[in-house]
Amino acid sequence: MTALSAHRFGHFFALGALLLVGFSGCSVKSADVSGQAQAAAPNGSRLKGDTTDTLAGKVEADGSSTVYPITQAVAEEFTKLHPQVAVRVNIAGTGGGFKRFKEGDLDICDASRPIEKAERDACIKNKVSFIELPIGIDGLSVVVNSKNTWCESLTVAQLKLLWQSGSKIKTWNELDPSFPNEKIVLYGPDTDSGTFDYFTEVICGKKGNSRTDYTPSSNDNVLIQGVQGNPGAIGYFGYAYYVLNKDSLRALKIAPGSDKSAGVAPTDETILSGKYAPLSRPLFLYVNKKSLDRPEVVSFLRFYLERGPGLVKEVHYIPLPESGYAASRQRLKIGIED
Amino acid sequence: MTTASNAPLDLKRHFSLMRARELAIRCGLLGCALASVLTTTGIIYVLVTEALVAVPPEKAFFQEVSPVEFFTATQWTPQFEDKHFGILPLLVGTFLVAGIAAVIGLPIGLAGSVYLSEYASRRTRNIVLPILEILAGIPTVVYGFFALVFVTPYVLRPIFQGLFGFEVNVFNAASAGIVVAIMIIPIVTSLSEDALRSVPQALREAAYALGATKYQVSSRVVVPAALSGILASFLLAISRAVGETMAVAIAAGQSPALTLNPFQSIETMTGFIVNVSFGDKPHGSLDWKALFAVAMTLFVITLAMNVISQMIMRRFREVYQ
Amino acid sequence: MSAASGGTMRDLLHVRQRSARSRWTEAGFEWVCACSTWFGLAVLIVLLAGVLWQGASWLTWSFLTSYDSRHPEQAGVLAGLWGSFWLVSLATILAVPVGVGAAIFLEEYQTKGWLRTLIEINLSNLAGVPSIVYGILGMAVFVKMFGTFQHDPKVLQISLIFTTVDVPLPFGRTVLSGAMTLTLLILPIVIVASREALRAIPASLRHASYALGATHWQTVRHVVLPVAVPGIVTGVILAVARAVGETAPLLMIGAAVFVARSPGGIESPGDILRNPHGILEAPFDNFTALPIQIYNWVSRPEPEYRHVAAAAILVLLAVLQVFNIVASVTRSRMRRQARW
Repeated sequence: MTALSAHRFGHFFALGALLLVGFSGCSVKSADVSGQAQAAAPNGSRLKGDTTDTLAGKVEADGSSTVYPITQAVAEEFTKLHPQVAVRVNIAGTGGGFKRFKEGDLDICDASRPIEKAERDACIKNKVSFIELPIGIDGLSVVVNSKNTWCESLTVAQLKLLWQSGSKIKTWNELDPSFPNEKIVLYGPDTDSGTFDYFTEVICGKKGNSRTDYTPSSNDNVLIQGVQGNPGAIGYFGYAYYVLNKDSLRALKIAPGSDKSAGVAPTDETILSGKYAPLSRPLFLYVNKKSLDRPEVVSFLRFYLERGPGLVKEVHYIPLPESGYAASRQRLKIGIED
Repeated sequence: MTTASNAPLDLKRHFSLMRARELAIRCGLLGCALASVLTTTGIIYVLVTEALVAVPPEKAFFQEVSPVEFFTATQWTPQFEDKHFGILPLLVGTFLVAGIAAVIGLPIGLAGSVYLSEYASRRTRNIVLPILEILAGIPTVVYGFFALVFVTPYVLRPIFQGLFGFEVNVFNAASAGIVVAIMIIPIVTSLSEDALRSVPQALREAAYALGATKYQVSSRVVVPAALSGILASFLLAISRAVGETMAVAIAAGQSPALTLNPFQSIETMTGFIVNVSFGDKPHGSLDWKALFAVAMTLFVITLAMNVISQMIMRRFREVYQ
Repeated sequence: MSAASGGTMRDLLHVRQRSARSRWTEAGFEWVCACSTWFGLAVLIVLLAGVLWQGASWLTWSFLTSYDSRHPEQAGVLAGLWGSFWLVSLATILAVPVGVGAAIFLEEYQTKGWLRTLIEINLSNLAGVPSIVYGILGMAVFVKMFGTFQHDPKVLQISLIFTTVDVPLPFGRTVLSGAMTLTLLILPIVIVASREALRAIPASLRHASYALGATHWQTVRHVVLPVAVPGIVTGVILAVARAVGETAPLLMIGAAVFVARSPGGIESPGDILRNPHGILEAPFDNFTALPIQIYNWVSRPEPEYRHVAAAAILVLLAVLQVFNIVASVTRSRMRRQARW
C-alpha cells in the first residue's frame, strides 16, 4: 500500500474508532405516558434578559378554539418568564382534544363543554386520571353581518327551527315572515367543536342535532370572515371572537322563551349574571394527573389560575368570580398532592 | 528478490480491495438514485393502502364507502351523524379555480411566448426572462395574500360589484383563479417559447418568401408547427393549477359549495386536505381515510395530466429532432 | 382598356384596403403580445408596491426578534425564522448527498438501460406532484409511521460521546419530520441541476483521467466533481429557495398554531455557543416556519394582522432574493470558469 492510501486508511480507522467509542449505546425506552421526553435544562443554561431560569420542558395543550385565546395569552406571558419551557397550543376542537387526551397524549385539554360520559369512561379504561378546572365563562354568540338590519333578536325556538337536523329553511322570511326574502348563509363550528356540542344540545335539544348544509370550520377566523362577507349570513362562535369584530358583526339578542321582545344581548354583565341564557357556559381545562408530576406543568397551571382573571378579561371573555378561581386552585392543589 | 515474488500477490489484493470498494461505491450511488423510486413507491403505497385496498384486518376507504357515492354525491359531510362523502363540490371547486386560471393564464402566457420568440430583441428577452423567473419563485402564500388584500377589494369588487352589481364575497374563486393564472404564466411562457424556438427557421423563411406578414407567419405557420409542444405546456400549467394549495385556500375560503359562481367562496380538494390537517385525526378513523381518498383523486388527476404532457412532448421532439 | 384599367384600379384599391386592414392586425397582434409579455412585470410591481405599502412600517428589529403574540404590534417572526432555518438546513444536509449521488449514478455509472429509464420516469413524474401530496406522504411515514407507535410511543436514546440524543418514535410533529419531507420535495431539483452540471463536463477530461490509470470512482471524485461543484451549488441554492417558500407540506406535518419558542431553545447565534445541547434537541422540537406564520396571520380577521403578514412577506421575499442573487453569481462565475 502506498503512503497516501495508508494515510487515508488511518483516517477511516480513527473515525470508526471514535464512532464506536462514542456510539456506546442505543436503547429504546418507552416514552412518558404524556408523550413527552424528559428534557432537563443543562447547567449554565442560556440567558434571556437578566434571569437565569432553569425551569424547562414541554407543555402540550390542545382542544377548544373558544378557549384557545385564553390559553394562548397565558402561554405567551408564561414563556416570557420561563423561556426554556415550550408551550404548544393547538385547536383541534374540544372533541378532537379529548380524543388525544384520553390516549394520554395531552397535558391539558381546553374544553368549552364538560367532559362526556363516553370520554370519561375511555379515560378510566386507559388509566388516564384527570382533574377539571373551570377557568372562565363564555357567552356563545349568534352573530349576523352588520348590514343585517332586519333581525335583532331570535327565540330559542326559532334558532332550533333554523339549525336542527333536516331543516330546510333557506331564506330569512321562511324563518320569520317579517324578515325580507334574503338568502341565509350559515356558518358554524364543525363536529369536533365543543361549541357545536353545546349549541346543539342547548338549542336543538340533542347533541349533534344539526343540519349539515352549512360551512363548518374548526377555525373561528373562517367563520368570522364568512359572516363578515355576506349580508345574509349568520353564524355562532365564542363571545371573544365577536367582541374583536364588533364593527362588522352584530350579536343577536336571544330570548329563552317564546317572547321575542325578551331577548337578551350578550354583554359582560348579562353573561356573568346568567341573564344571557341559555348560551352562557363555563370554560374548562382538563389536566392529566400524570402531567402534574412535571414541575413545568404545575408552574404553568399555577400561573394560569393566578393571572387567569386578568387575562381572561383581556381576551374578552368573562372571568369567574374570585371564589371560582380559589376553588380551581384548591382542586389543583389536591390533584398535585394525589 | 522477495519483494519481486511478493509483488504480484500484493497487487492482486490491492486490486480486489479496490474493486470491492468500487462496487460498494456503485451500490451506494445506486441506493441514492433509487431514493426517487422509493418516494414514488411510498406515495403510491400510502395512498393505495389507505384509500383503495388495505392490509387486512384494516379496511381502506373505498372498501367502506362506494366509489359511486364518492364521485357523484353532492354533499361533503364526513363529520356529521349523517355522513356523506360526495367529492363533487370539491372537484367542481378545484376545476372552477383551475378553469379561471387557464382562461386567463394560458392565452397571456402563449402571447408572451410568441412575442419573446418572434418579436422581441435580445435586450427585451434579457429583461423579461429574469422577471418571469422571479414571478415563478414567489411563494404561494404571498399570492394568496395578494389575492385577499388587493385583487378582491381593488379589482373584483369595484368592477363586478360596483359596476355590474354582482355579489362578490370576501372569499371567492375568481381572485384565486386570477392569482393562480399569474403563477402559471411563467410555466406556459417558458415551455411554449422553447417549443416555438425549436421550429426550424426554414419554415419561417419559406413563409416570408411567399409574402406573408409577421402576424401571418406567427399565427399560421409557427404556432401550428409548435402546437404539440404548446399543448404539453398547457397541460403542465393546468396540472399545476389543480395542485395549487395555499393561494387558493387563503383566497377562495374553505366552504365547499357546488356552484359555478366565481364570486362565491368554494373549497378545493387541496383546501380540504389542508383544512383537515389542523385537527389531529386519529390514525385509522374514517375521517383520516377520507383525507387519503381525496389525496389519491388529486394525485391521479395531476399524474395523468403530467404523463400525457410528457408523451406529447416526446412526440413533438421526435418530429423536430 | 377602361374595363381593364377599372379592374386594376379596383384591385389596387382592394390591395390598399387589405394592406391597411392587415397593418392594423399586424400592429394589434404585436401590441397584444407585447402587453402579455409585460403583464408579468406589471403584476410584480403592483405586488411589491402593495406589500411594501402594507408592511414596510411594521418591519422593525423587534419584529425580527419577537414571537407571535395576541397583540399585533408585538407579534414577530423569530420562531418562524429559526424554524425555517432548522428545517431547510436539515433538508439540505439530507438532500445534497443523496441528490448528488443519484446524479453521479445516472450520469457516470448507468448511462443506458431499463434502470435508468425507470429512474428518469420517476424523476419527471415527481417534479409534477403537488407539494401537498408530499405532505401527506410525510405525515403517514414520518409523523405517524403508519400508526406503529400510536398507543405506545417510544424514545430511542442514542448515546454519543458526551451526551444522549432522544429520538421520539414516532417522529411526530417535529422538525425532523418536516425536514425529511422537504428533502423528498427538493430531491428532484438537486438531481436535475447536478445532472446538468455533470453533463456540461467534456468527456475528454474523464478519458484523460482513465488514461492515467484512475478508477471510475477516483475519476469522479477527483476530476469530475470538483469541476461540477459550481453547477451543483447553484442547483442546491435553487432547491433551498424552493424549500423556504413551501407551506402546504409543513402544514400537513403539523406546524403548531401557536408556538412561542424556537427549536432547541436557540434564539440567536450566540445561544448556540452558550447551549450547544440545543443543536441536538432542535430536530426533535415542535416548530413553525415563516410561510406558516404568514398563513396564520393572513387568516386572522383583525385588520392589523394584515400588516404583520405583509411585514413577514417582506422578510421572506428578502431571504429569497438573497438566495437568487447568490445563485446567479455562482452561475455566472461557473460560466466564466468553464472555458473548454
